[in-house]
Amino acid sequence: MLQNSGSSFKLISIAILTVILALFLLPLPIVQAAQDSAKQSSFEQIVTLLAQKSFKEKAKALDALSHVDDERVERILNAMLESRLYYLKSDKTVVFTEKVDGLYQLNAVLNQESLGTVKKKKIKKISLNNKLRKKIRLILAKIKLSHPDAAVRYSGVKELLKKTSAETLFLFRELRIQENDDAVLEAIDTGIALSEIESTDVSTQLDAIKVLGESLLPVARAKVAALAVAAGNAENIDLKVRQAAEKSLKKIDGSLEFYAFIEKLFFGLSLGSVLLLAAIGLSITFGVMGVINMAHGELIMIGAYTTYVIQLLMPNNIGMSVIVAIPAAFIVAGLVGIAIERGVIRFLYGRPLETLLATFGISLILQQLVRSVFSPLNRIVETPAWMSGSWEINSALAITYNRLYIVIFSLMVFFALLVFLKKSVFGLQMRAVTQNRQMAKSMGIRSTWVDALTFGLGSGIAGVAGVALSQLTNVGPNLGQAYIIDSFMVVVFGGVGNLWGTLVGAFSLGIVNKFLEPWAGAVLAKILVLVFIILFIQSRPKGLFPQKGRAAE
Amino acid sequence: MANNKVTDQKKAYQSKVMMLLKSDKGGSILIAFLLALAVVVPVCNLMVPESSALYMPTYIVVLLGKYLCFALLALALDLVWGYCGILSLGHAAFFALGGYAMGMYLMRQVGDRGVYGNPELPDFMVFLDWQALPWYWFGFDQFWFAMLMVVVVPGLLAYVFGWLAFRSRVTGVYLSIMTQALTYALLLAFFRNEMGFGGNNGLTDFKDILGFNLQEDLTRVMLFLATVVCLVLSYLACRYIVRSKMGRVVVAVRDAESRVRFLGYRVEHYKLWIFTFSAMLAGIAGALYVPQVGIINPGEFSPLNSIELVVWVALGGRGTLYGAIIGALVVNYAKTYFTGAFPEVWLFALGGLFVVVTLLLPKGIIGLIEKQSGRFSKKRKIKSKDEALPASESKQALQRNQT
Amino acid sequence: MKTLQRIQEVMRRDRVFDFVVAKDPLASPLLDTSHGPILYLEDVSVSFDGFKALNKLTLYIDDGELRCIIGPNGAGKTTMMDVITGKTRPDEGSVYFGQRLNLTRMSEPEIAQAGIGRKFQKPTVFEALSCFENLELAMDLDKRVWPSLTQRLNGEQSDRIDEVLQKIGLLSLRGDPGERLSHGQKQWLEIGMLLMQNPRLLLVDEPVAGMTHQEMDQTAELLTSLAGQHSVVVVEHDMEFVRSIARKVTVLHEGSVLAEGDMDTVANDQKVIEVYLGE
Repeated sequence: MLQNSGSSFKLISIAILTVILALFLLPLPIVQAAQDSAKQSSFEQIVTLLAQKSFKEKAKALDALSHVDDERVERILNAMLESRLYYLKSDKTVVFTEKVDGLYQLNAVLNQESLGTVKKKKIKKISLNNKLRKKIRLILAKIKLSHPDAAVRYSGVKELLKKTSAETLFLFRELRIQENDDAVLEAIDTGIALSEIESTDVSTQLDAIKVLGESLLPVARAKVAALAVAAGNAENIDLKVRQAAEKSLKKIDGSLEFYAFIEKLFFGLSLGSVLLLAAIGLSITFGVMGVINMAHGELIMIGAYTTYVIQLLMPNNIGMSVIVAIPAAFIVAGLVGIAIERGVIRFLYGRPLETLLATFGISLILQQLVRSVFSPLNRIVETPAWMSGSWEINSALAITYNRLYIVIFSLMVFFALLVFLKKSVFGLQMRAVTQNRQMAKSMGIRSTWVDALTFGLGSGIAGVAGVALSQLTNVGPNLGQAYIIDSFMVVVFGGVGNLWGTLVGAFSLGIVNKFLEPWAGAVLAKILVLVFIILFIQSRPKGLFPQKGRAAE
Repeated sequence: MANNKVTDQKKAYQSKVMMLLKSDKGGSILIAFLLALAVVVPVCNLMVPESSALYMPTYIVVLLGKYLCFALLALALDLVWGYCGILSLGHAAFFALGGYAMGMYLMRQVGDRGVYGNPELPDFMVFLDWQALPWYWFGFDQFWFAMLMVVVVPGLLAYVFGWLAFRSRVTGVYLSIMTQALTYALLLAFFRNEMGFGGNNGLTDFKDILGFNLQEDLTRVMLFLATVVCLVLSYLACRYIVRSKMGRVVVAVRDAESRVRFLGYRVEHYKLWIFTFSAMLAGIAGALYVPQVGIINPGEFSPLNSIELVVWVALGGRGTLYGAIIGALVVNYAKTYFTGAFPEVWLFALGGLFVVVTLLLPKGIIGLIEKQSGRFSKKRKIKSKDEALPASESKQALQRNQT
Repeated sequence: MKTLQRIQEVMRRDRVFDFVVAKDPLASPLLDTSHGPILYLEDVSVSFDGFKALNKLTLYIDDGELRCIIGPNGAGKTTMMDVITGKTRPDEGSVYFGQRLNLTRMSEPEIAQAGIGRKFQKPTVFEALSCFENLELAMDLDKRVWPSLTQRLNGEQSDRIDEVLQKIGLLSLRGDPGERLSHGQKQWLEIGMLLMQNPRLLLVDEPVAGMTHQEMDQTAELLTSLAGQHSVVVVEHDMEFVRSIARKVTVLHEGSVLAEGDMDTVANDQKVIEVYLGE
């Protein structure tokens, strides 16, 4: 019995040893496989848990899911947010769905395999409430934080900043160690500070307030403001904290104001560049040739319609179409301009009031022509992908690309024209004809030819302006009318015959207009600008940069 | 004895009118025509039974009245453009201001018969939840005050604008562009609800004028007659001005402004008074227009209207007062016809008219007629020396270049 | 009753008003020539875009004098006239009409009304108006706006216009519009307008351009007859004409006075010869 018992003890101890040994000696792959399968099964299990009715249980499942490191998680969560995640009523299998012709196309969650189509009653949507949605977004944000692209990480951090907690604080601290992108780092610091500002330790709080003073995020401002205001009537808050909060608030407001100013300035520049584009052509026909071209607005309109037609011709390549439209609009509007010059204006040189009337008649004809050909309704010109979207400089300042490109484009057109008039032979001939027609003629310059081309040049630039405008507004028969008076104002304000004056005039009017808008409203701002110019012209009849000397009289 | 004096005075006035119309054959014919209308229209509308072929429906009366308002407006523009060389692209604004002044009176006359039944506030103000009448609406319940404003408001605007512009010698196309900007600014302003003039919809739904129902035929005929009387009187007044020394100074200003200055005339004063007077006439035209068409809205300020008005005058023949009237009547008749029959064609026709008139008919229809008749009797042309021939701006431009 | 009589007195057709009779040249009551000169230009400078059209020009014109001003192109003759008549404002320097009237502070019409008349280099008559009307506008009557509405010429005044028309040889073209006149006729009409204005100081810019020899003689005669009661400043290129009328000649060069004196002195001046014959 004793022997028996002894042998049995031995046996047991050997077995234990063997097991221990086995545990140590078991080859690693087997362990991994075991772990993998455990993970696989747990992922599957967790996913099935999502099909539960109770929101509480779903929340638990989501929590579990958030700890799983699997790329499928993101897809599932996104599908859930988009209400595309369903389960089969028969066996509670969770599936992705896609509605196709009234039926639902199913895809497996685990491997994206197609599971055929079913009718609506066979499946049930995994419903969500707002709390869960918030949770999902948070998990998604966390996932984003490990993304290799800094921009994705940045947006993830920003997502998390909306709701900070001890958990996010921990997460941010972790992240901070590995992060190397400045923008993301700054956002993370803001996040840490947002949590630390709640701290009871005064020095931590002070540091946090200081950090938040650098941030432009609305959350940061709200937190600091809350502290600064609350401090006023709560005695338990340290005086230092209060002062620091007030200081930081002032700083935030200061920089917000600064960026708002920059933004307004940019809007002003953007409006100015539109005015500049519209007015440069006029500056040539009015300033250089002395022709009042009331059809100038309609030439802009023709440029815009050219863009529209070109997009119709190349519908698959919207990105290129705008580029193609620039020379096309220049040529089309330029040719129309030359036709107007040859047909009407050349008989009216030296009679500016008559050209005003005749070209006004032409503008009516062109408008009605467009109405007859294209319909009186507005047409939409698509914005190419590379022009849409905006450039976010920081959270307080974002600049839309189409406006940015138009500012750049208008300046390019302006300087190109300036160089062309200064350096080219044609520019020289043009200046010669405008300064002394007889002398130019006797030197062998064909003045009629120069007249026609000059007018064509001005008209062509109007066409190019039309391309730019088509990216900002709808294209319709009345497009030109909206800009003709403004363009004249710019030219007259800047000083007739002076391209630089037109530049300064356009930008200053654009900026003044945008700065007046917030307190006067758009319409009143425009009225004020008009009245200002009317009064300005009374005191300086020749504009900002008048032509001087005897020739100008 | 006293009777004699009155007849003497009458005779004096008659002879004065005769003096004004002497050597103004076109004007005499025109006035005769207008006076004939003033008899025929009431008779055909009110006395002839509806079944008769001679019956004139009321809408025609209204239409004719509208044309005559436009004729008065054209007359006003011709005075400043044809004689003084100021191409105002803002006369539609003066017209509309006069119209608004009248509209405000008519609006006050509505009283509590509006949709909301507010005895004090017009409907649109109740709609906008205004509590009290804005200060600038006060007094407009009085006819005499409203009529005063019809001339004072456009006149004052013209005076202030003109004082600024003429003093600093803004001339030619610059002035045209500035007047256009002025109209445009007013257009934008009157579109705003906050201005207190009914915003987009303007003033409408009028009930009666001086107690007469606006919908009644008799009232409409009376308004038509009032328009005829105003047009004839304005014509005579303009005629008096152009025949006076002032008229000659003004023509001289048109042709060689700086030369007039060196003769010792304050050019800006002459321009200012002509411009202001013309704006007042335009205001009267607007005031007559509103009760006849029953609405005034900011669309009347549109720069297009002002320029269209220029083509009436240009087509008729600028620098001849009756030419402007004829031009207004012809173009507006054509407009009614075309917009009814071929609405698509109207803008083409109007646009074409601008081009044709400036290229081929610098002196308008009247110039064409004179040329035709001039071929038969060359003498007449020389005799009509007091009829200032419109000199084209080219000469002005030339002179400007050379001085 | 008394008022009625007074009105009747005023309305009497044979009554001749003082302002009609007065034939004295038009001049502002402020005009004071007690020190001799009627026009003072002192250190007047004008520049256009860096180009000095007048450079410290100092010039005095005596009351009743006939002065000829000559000089090559670009010497500043026309600019000087512009400064006197108020068309151009000098950058510096003073311009006085008599002792008291500061011309740099007066507008063109004010200067004209003070008694300075000008005939332009290029004749500018009012083309749409008849010769008679051209002269009527120039006549020294009330030139304010309101009086012009009711002003009518009386017999005497229109006789005076006809007299001038006779003098300038345009009586037969009395009713013809200005645009039908030849260049020479326009010159005469301008001179006629100057006469109608009846100014105290006449500025005459190239009066004989486009005239025949005979007409030139007539002009010379006219201008010399005006001197005495009026002061006359003539700018002219035609040396023969200048010689025929000049008592005193001023030579302008590059915006200032180069020489001054009677015709012979000036013609023999070395500097003047240099300027005219070229350096």
